[in-house]
Amino acid sequence: MIRALGAWNLSWRFIRIWNRNVLVYRKIWLVNFLVPLLEPVLYLAAFGVGLSALIGKVPYDGEDLPYIAFIAPALLAVTMMYNSFFENTFASFVRMYYQKTFDAMMATPLSLDDIIAGEIVWGATKSAIASAIVLGVISAFGLAHYPEALLILPLSFLGGLAFGTAGMICTGLVPSIDMFNLPIFLFITPMFLFGGTFFPISALPDWAQKLSLGLPLTHLVNLCRAFCLGRMSKDLIWNAVYLAVFFVALFPVALNVMRRRLIH
Amino acid sequence: MAENERYIIEAVELRKEFGGITAVDGLSFHLVPGECLGLLGPNGAGKTSTIRMVYGFSPLTSGSMKVFGLDINARPREIKARIGVCQQDNNLDPDLSVLKNLEVFGGYFNIIRRETLDRAHQLLRFMALENRKDDKVTSLSGGMMRRLVLARALINNPELLILDEPTTGLDPQARHQVWERLEMLRANGLSILLTTHYMDEASRLCDRLIIMDHGGILVEGQPADLIHNHAGDHVIEIVNPGRDVAEFVAEHDFVHDSLDHRMIIYGKEADKLFEVIGDRFCDETCIKRLATLEDVFLRLTGRELRE
Repeated sequence: MIRALGAWNLSWRFIRIWNRNVLVYRKIWLVNFLVPLLEPVLYLAAFGVGLSALIGKVPYDGEDLPYIAFIAPALLAVTMMYNSFFENTFASFVRMYYQKTFDAMMATPLSLDDIIAGEIVWGATKSAIASAIVLGVISAFGLAHYPEALLILPLSFLGGLAFGTAGMICTGLVPSIDMFNLPIFLFITPMFLFGGTFFPISALPDWAQKLSLGLPLTHLVNLCRAFCLGRMSKDLIWNAVYLAVFFVALFPVALNVMRRRLIH
Repeated sequence: MAENERYIIEAVELRKEFGGITAVDGLSFHLVPGECLGLLGPNGAGKTSTIRMVYGFSPLTSGSMKVFGLDINARPREIKARIGVCQQDNNLDPDLSVLKNLEVFGGYFNIIRRETLDRAHQLLRFMALENRKDDKVTSLSGGMMRRLVLARALINNPELLILDEPTTGLDPQARHQVWERLEMLRANGLSILLTTHYMDEASRLCDRLIIMDHGGILVEGQPADLIHNHAGDHVIEIVNPGRDVAEFVAEHDFVHDSLDHRMIIYGKEADKLFEVIGDRFCDETCIKRLATLEDVFLRLTGRELRE
């Protein structure tokens, strides 16, 4: 860890890996656009319209919100998490392990650090593209308050960096591609359910609330909700700081586990 | 080329240890400009580990490695920018077309896009892949993939080409296609470092060979000299040799190998006694032939299987 921090070999050339991934993404852009376009519609229909009738209002920030307005921002946060985490686990693993793309890159002036940085920044970019599409859908339902909702775009990049880095650490550690089920079950799914997404974390017992606040998605959901509803407050800065620190602290770890995996 | 670049590669006391094994054990060698140097050895001899240290893929455990007169530890990016590498796997980018593979790879070297494209078309012509430029790489045959890997390794106009078993797994036609191109590159003065365990490949392409085993050098020299010094000029192989042959060979102190059902006897040019063996003991199962690099290789590295 300490050695890793002392021996960075990172350059702006990471943009070349990003370029490569953009090129591949653009080839099937329609398929890539379809999921973030249609998925929120399904969620809003099922949870928003279907469940709303049973649930009614949800208390938020001293006010009762319609359930659909409560969950729409959470869909954005989940989109950010899924797009970056899955890109930097399954997709990066395929490139690293099956396609040996990283091996070929390492025979060029690129360093492994460049490659990993390029992959993570690409994961964040994918998160931003998908979030922009979901935001468009949510806006069409009248569930985004502008101009505050525009902050979703930079946020989706920050969230993507955080979750992509977490994914990259998993990629550096898993022995086989099937093993990704473990971090998904232990890390991603609990956040998806208990990160203040479908119900406010105030409904949880005290200890579970504290646990939930330790997880990155809770902070991402908080920010998305505030931006979508136009409820800006100074406290939000701490949510952003949490995500930034999460990324900055884990990025060297991701580099280190990948070096251990690939450099012999 | 600068004065201090007497050697393209200068490796001194190279060591590589990983996972509790010593893959390369105090290896020293050099490569002069315009030379094609071959590293030969059985599986696990340390060939790939050695060349991975040359192109900065593997850090050295100890020793020193200079490429173009630069230290690989200190300036890996500069060095890698001037090298072309053909790794053992065909690790082409399956998400991209043939042409895009070259174009994107050129980008990794920071070459201007137009220049990359010009060069890519030129290389595709050279490799006879021009009509496949828009195809997916997964639709190419093994030989075509190999030629594309070679084209990709040349996209940065390298001063040194590193080839790790360039023709392993190819059929004879495809191998010859690759060899012809490598010979053309060699004729143009490109310095080449290659590993192989095909003796015909080594003797056809290389000016100088290093036969290695267990991470070190067994012998080093020009292919013809190695054959002459270690296997003589002529070889007689006798199937199921009788006692009389064995006695004759022992009596006259011939260099030979006795296998289970076969005796291999090595003789120099114009060796009268050697001709006597041929006349006296040979029937139709007997083979008289010229000594090859394969004889040298097997004599030096032994005949047991390596996995």
